[in-house]
Amino acid sequence: MTYIAKPKLHHPALEKNSLGYVRRDYEGAISTLCAGCGHDSISAALIQACFELEMPPHRIAKLSGIGCSSKTPTYFLGSSHGFNSVHGRMPSVLTGANLANRDLIYLGVSGDGDSASIGLGQFAHSLRRGVNMVYIVENNGVYGLTKGQFSATADKGSKSKKGVVNNDAPIEMVSLALQLGATFVARSFSGDKTQLVPLIKAAMLHRGAAFIDVISPCVAFNNHPGSTKSYDYVREHNDAVNSLDFITGREEIVADYAPGSVEEITQHNGTVLRLRKLHTDYDPRDRLAAMSYLQERQAEGEVVTGLLYEDPNPDDLHAHLNTVEAPFNQLGERELCPGAAALAKFNASLR
Amino acid sequence: MPQEARRPNDFVIKFANVNGSGSASANALFAKSILRMGVPVSPRNIFPSNIQGLPTWYEVRISEAGYLGRRGGVDLMVAMNPQTWDKDIAEIEPGGYLFYDSTRPLPKSKFRDDIHVLGMPLTEICNREYTDARERQLFKNIVYVGALSALLDVDIKEVEKLIAEQYKGKEKLLEPNIKALNMGRDYAANYLPSITLKVRRANGVGERVFLEGNSAAALGAVYGGATVAAWYPITPSSSLAEAFARHCRKYRTDPDSGKSRYAIVQAEDELSSIGMVIGAAWNGARAFTCTSGPGISLMQEFLGLAYFAEIPAVIFDVQRGGPSTGMPTRTQQADILACAYASHGDTKHVLLFPEDPKECFDFGALAFDLADRLQTPIFVLLDLDIGMNERLCEPLRWDDSHHYDRGKVMSFQDLEAGKEFGRYLDVDSDGIPYRTYPGTHPTRGAFFTRGTTKDRFARYSEAGPDYVENMQRLLRKFETARHVVPKPTLRPATHSTRFGAIYFGSTAPAMNEALDRLQEQGLHLDALRVRAFPFGDEVGEFIAEHDQVFVIEQNRDAQLRMLLVNECVVDPAKLIPILHYDGTPITARFIGGEIAEKLSMFNVTPLRKVAP
Repeated sequence: MTYIAKPKLHHPALEKNSLGYVRRDYEGAISTLCAGCGHDSISAALIQACFELEMPPHRIAKLSGIGCSSKTPTYFLGSSHGFNSVHGRMPSVLTGANLANRDLIYLGVSGDGDSASIGLGQFAHSLRRGVNMVYIVENNGVYGLTKGQFSATADKGSKSKKGVVNNDAPIEMVSLALQLGATFVARSFSGDKTQLVPLIKAAMLHRGAAFIDVISPCVAFNNHPGSTKSYDYVREHNDAVNSLDFITGREEIVADYAPGSVEEITQHNGTVLRLRKLHTDYDPRDRLAAMSYLQERQAEGEVVTGLLYEDPNPDDLHAHLNTVEAPFNQLGERELCPGAAALAKFNASLR
Repeated sequence: MPQEARRPNDFVIKFANVNGSGSASANALFAKSILRMGVPVSPRNIFPSNIQGLPTWYEVRISEAGYLGRRGGVDLMVAMNPQTWDKDIAEIEPGGYLFYDSTRPLPKSKFRDDIHVLGMPLTEICNREYTDARERQLFKNIVYVGALSALLDVDIKEVEKLIAEQYKGKEKLLEPNIKALNMGRDYAANYLPSITLKVRRANGVGERVFLEGNSAAALGAVYGGATVAAWYPITPSSSLAEAFARHCRKYRTDPDSGKSRYAIVQAEDELSSIGMVIGAAWNGARAFTCTSGPGISLMQEFLGLAYFAEIPAVIFDVQRGGPSTGMPTRTQQADILACAYASHGDTKHVLLFPEDPKECFDFGALAFDLADRLQTPIFVLLDLDIGMNERLCEPLRWDDSHHYDRGKVMSFQDLEAGKEFGRYLDVDSDGIPYRTYPGTHPTRGAFFTRGTTKDRFARYSEAGPDYVENMQRLLRKFETARHVVPKPTLRPATHSTRFGAIYFGSTAPAMNEALDRLQEQGLHLDALRVRAFPFGDEVGEFIAEHDQVFVIEQNRDAQLRMLLVNECVVDPAKLIPILHYDGTPITARFIGGEIAEKLSMFNVTPLRKVAP
């Protein structure tokens, strides 16, 4: 980690977005993670995505569990409310927060220990309920803060820094997310910002349960030969099925592509994702095909990345519950309290 | 055997049934018909953790004097369950009555000499009248209600009116029910002897209402402004969540859009339930969960977070028998300590103890104001006895001029005006800091909520002085809580006395009756009903003013007494535990008997023995 405080003054020539914010306005406190940690790259990608999407930082709520990954919300979006909850329980806290005010953007940040072990249940149930959120797992296959134990996403046969071989089958977060009904599922790599930033942007525009598994190497405990979550391994085995180039909406972007190589997905809110296909036969709107492709490639030791699945017409928990448009936290006695007259009638029915 | 003349409107009738046989609604019909005659009744379901087949009982106390506690003993047993026959017969008071299905003859050894036996061939009558098996079963219940109404002089018109209300809109079902009712009534009138237990029209009910504590608490949550409910099914609290859903459909559906001004999530477990409550409350909505002992155990970690990060939450704990799975369908007051000190580290929580459905409603609404004011979890401790039984209580009241107390929340305007914001800054010396809802202001008022220690500005800090200052402030906040929670209620003795009694929650009706009986014996006690924790000054003063204080509770380890010893400056030797914990609701007989016996050790003897 670095101890150099960030200067508070901005250079007057810094680029501003349409809200008048510079990129620095989306940053947070100085990271206390290890130098080279994949998580810091993810924080940087989040900052860039929010800046480019021109989101008012205070309209985003950051929620996390416990662990290295869950510390990161301190290091981005300093003007947003954050909630570092208890281990493995971020999804329930986020669900409750989302119910209280449907107008904010909810960013859940978790790790593989937090979401695949202690919190596997809450991970699963928040996705199957369709909570409108961006759920990011910063996946390094290892418990960092407690110094190097395997996590539940560590691949079978992979080796710990101390040379111990993992004999347990890994939990594949993206496969689970697909099976559980997440309406946006992606996987990326912290070392590939050009892939990750557009995926985060697309997830933030998605109106439903969006899940991104980001392989994020742990430089302290899981970046050695024999690890399948190291920078080198992921670079060598990265099978990117597509790459999101653009998100249009605010301005028209014109580019030339070879025919058949580009697909446009219209989002619920009218924006268009322009998807550059790297595998011409991969269809991110086919949940079953995505699941089967992932299984096949995983068996070969490949790490499939990209936008794996998106439902272009998602719904969410609020739709399932048929809740009013107004955020609950703005309703008062007038909307909520039936009053004395209704109570008198209720009493009369109980005699 | 001579039939002793009895006072009308003062007896206990118990129905012994088989779970799932449809007896519950017939028995409730019976109880309510007596209520409609102006006579107070207090019914109790005694049921197994089972869906079908195991024994279940419905005990109705009829008391014109208005005693709503369980009395103990049975004057008329309606024995409909062969499985429990022997036990049921044994429970009848000498000179009491047994009503049974005499279709199949039973040997004389199956009866008692000191009780009156009323046999009626219920199965035979129903088999003759109905061909469908389910009809035979269901109408059998109505037939015995008809017979009992004749025996006890219950006004048949009241029963018929209740049936008509029940089947309003389903008139096809009305006629056969009325027919079954009269079939029973006619048989009893023609073939059964007259009995001395009688119901006489009275004016003992007044404007009081008859409802379950769980339903009342849920309505309290509606009136209190709860918009988010997250729960996991567990007896005996599930009916609270279900009642909330019912009340919300009625009172919280937007009339224009048809959309809901509430969200109810059946979570995957209790951890998730309380997590959702905390998330919603952090974000400015009023939220609650309802659970029972095992759920409280599961919620411990989150409760510590809510205490330490200072997030409002309301938890309705409908207590059942513990420990572990314990007695899922029996009543106890055994979660006092688990709630008062929930979670690891130094924690203390606010508890409310409602005595009946009326207070379930009042405290159910109040809990949300307290949670927002104090920014901490508030426990409303019901138990199965008040939660799942219909109880006669004062009508529910609401003051339309009452505004929700949302506590100390900084608005956009406050922040814009430059007010200093420190999430854990004690600006008013009451230990309660200001908070902001997420999304309030673009550049001011954001903070990071965490379960780790922090300084006054919510910045992570493990510095000793920051930690101690924060923990001390939490104590100041708890001191503030002492002054805003409901005060205890005092029932002074008619004579000055050096003896006192402290009780709480569902013990109240049995206690009131026991105090009357003790007074008749010349045994005088001042009685204090504790309604909340932390205890107000009145509690310590009450103990100081008496030489000995009985502490009456429904658990083994005298948990309230422990809390009194821990939290008040008192001599533990002064506090004498009176403990009832077999899973049945505490009775006036038990309390009176125990206290009289203990008093005799202090050389206080009754003037005369009066049977309750």
